[in-house]
Amino acid sequence: MAVRTRRYSARDMTVLVIGLGVAVIVNLGLIWAPTLASIGLSGTDWNGIGPIEWVGGQNYHDLSAEYPPFWSAVRNNLLWLGFLGLVATPFGLFCAVLLDRRLRLSRVYQSALYMPVVLSLAVVGFIAQLVYSSDYGVLNAVTGLTVDWLGDSSVNIWVVMVAAAWRHVGYVMIIYLAGLKAVDPALKEAAAIDGANERQSFFRVVFPTLRPVNVIVLVITVIEALRAFDIVYAINKGRNGLELLSVLVTENIVGEASRIGFGSAIAVILLAISLGFIVTYLSQLFREER
Amino acid sequence: MAQRLPISRRNLLLGAAALGVPAALVGCGSDTPAPGGTASGNLGTVTIGSNASDEIPKRSLESQVKAFTQATTKINTVDHNTFQENINRYLRGTPDDVFTWFAGYRMQFFAEQGLAIDISDVWREIGADYTQAFKDQSTGTDGKQYFVPSTYYPWAVFYRKSLWQEKGYAPPATLDEFTALARRMKADGIIPIAFADKDGWPAMGTFDILNMRMNGYDFHISLMGGKESWTDPRVRRVFDTWRGLMEFHQPAALGRTWQEAGQSLAQKKTGMYLLGMFVAQQFPEADLDDLDFFTFPEVDPAYGTDSIDAPIDGYMLSAKAKNVDGAKALLKLLAQPSSQNIATKLDPGMLAASSKADTSGYSALQKRGAELVSKATHIAQFLDRDTRPDFASTVMIPSLQTFVGKPDEIDPLLASIEKQKANIFR
Repeated sequence: MAVRTRRYSARDMTVLVIGLGVAVIVNLGLIWAPTLASIGLSGTDWNGIGPIEWVGGQNYHDLSAEYPPFWSAVRNNLLWLGFLGLVATPFGLFCAVLLDRRLRLSRVYQSALYMPVVLSLAVVGFIAQLVYSSDYGVLNAVTGLTVDWLGDSSVNIWVVMVAAAWRHVGYVMIIYLAGLKAVDPALKEAAAIDGANERQSFFRVVFPTLRPVNVIVLVITVIEALRAFDIVYAINKGRNGLELLSVLVTENIVGEASRIGFGSAIAVILLAISLGFIVTYLSQLFREER
Repeated sequence: MAQRLPISRRNLLLGAAALGVPAALVGCGSDTPAPGGTASGNLGTVTIGSNASDEIPKRSLESQVKAFTQATTKINTVDHNTFQENINRYLRGTPDDVFTWFAGYRMQFFAEQGLAIDISDVWREIGADYTQAFKDQSTGTDGKQYFVPSTYYPWAVFYRKSLWQEKGYAPPATLDEFTALARRMKADGIIPIAFADKDGWPAMGTFDILNMRMNGYDFHISLMGGKESWTDPRVRRVFDTWRGLMEFHQPAALGRTWQEAGQSLAQKKTGMYLLGMFVAQQFPEADLDDLDFFTFPEVDPAYGTDSIDAPIDGYMLSAKAKNVDGAKALLKLLAQPSSQNIATKLDPGMLAASSKADTSGYSALQKRGAELVSKATHIAQFLDRDTRPDFASTVMIPSLQTFVGKPDEIDPLLASIEKQKANIFR
């Protein structure tokens, strides 16, 4: 490749500076500055009014050793990720495959499954209360049980994840359905001619061609799991078994409590977990491009 | 509801940096110039930051302010919970002259930070209208007054008279009688004590009253102030007694709201309910006369029934007020018995704080409530108003919920509260 020196005119430079400069400023101001500020604040004790006091790693010690909601929040976030990733997402794929076979009334099923996606998770939270409430909930009324679905801290996270998955399945389904429609029918035909049965042709031929879709779905699943907030907040403000890291951050910083240093420390933990996934994902992506 | 809150990490960080949040929130409030308040006197304009976002309190404040002729008034109403959650940033940003707030520790906390103006001069004029208990709750740690009480409501054990007459129950005077009554109700197939703690705060009422009955008001306030240890045997005794009562409490409380528990009382499924007088909201108009209450029974004769929870709502003057003279004049008006009677007429769950207020228009329940409070030597403000807000919301709510879920594990729970307390009160 021939090396050519490029010369930018003054106008080019202006355009470049404005175009790039705005982006850089927005990026620094809205992403990097708050991130670094929160890492900095996580080492302090500050109530938002008085002086900021440096306490070093004290907040991290307090939250890991003496703040019981923290570990249940970490556990719940991981459960959430596992449940969406291992149960809801495969089920969404399964529904997409079924619908792709042009069943009778497939449009109806498709709409029914996709309907919850247009609802905000906060609304799903309200619906979940109508279903699970121990006194007036549909579930107990129909089954005759007296389980306190939302109040019992050993079961509530599971039923709430089911409600969250109800929405997630539709979302994943529609993405896979679009992907499946784009798969060249000739591939399946060729596989059939080569003697592959349905299962083989799906797992060996169709699924690998869905790779780009898989990546998108994976990213969506991780994002959904880490940003989960509204559904538990709508149900019981994310307490008593429904703790999530995002809720604890809000609870400590935004509320009247204003434990800004302590809340920032929780936010930093959430950042570290998110970075783990983001870095893995990006490094995968770049490796392939090369 | 959740959507109004900044939910992503970045937004939170922005919030932490206090960028424009207070301004934005105040901007969200509806600017309602008080109707009829335009006949301005010589004191300019007074702005009021109000958390009275519900229909009745909002109408009540508007009507009270209508009588103010010395200055024009402007009420900025913000959603009740939003107002509360953003109070820090609001007071440091561009607050209104007068703002609605709560008495006790919650008031002292902001007075101490220099976010409120001393109104001792106003109190020299209005002082005679209030009892000493109300004055104490309006006084900062420096001995000056920062708060004008407007209305309050007592906490007590509520029940339906018709059900109790039918079954022949009588209000108990001691804890033993209380337990015996609960046992009888259970035998009669009624859940003795309605209970709900999904929202996290109602259980605080039970803790408060048990602690005040068993250890007295002074210990309670000192515990709330972070000066006593939560692993103290006296605190342990409170939880132990509470655990003994748990078998009479409505089960599955952590999945129930107080409204649902109130409904169960109204439907006679439960026998009694320890709650604020606002439980009346869950009763249909026709059944209101059937609602009665007794104060939580005596546990230790040394303290009798001398203390109750009766949270007081009122007004404060922000440190950044632009029109201090006008605002003080307005505070004097809001302290008037006639102003407070407007509130008690509109809301049957409220009582007027002024002792000069006209009680002839009170409902039977309101009259009984006023009588109960006048008999109490000490008035506490409720756990989340008597202690630091961060301790109440991030430590006590999860801890009490843990206790309600697993009442048998008291010692590890108290040790955990004590450790977290040490981190907050440092």
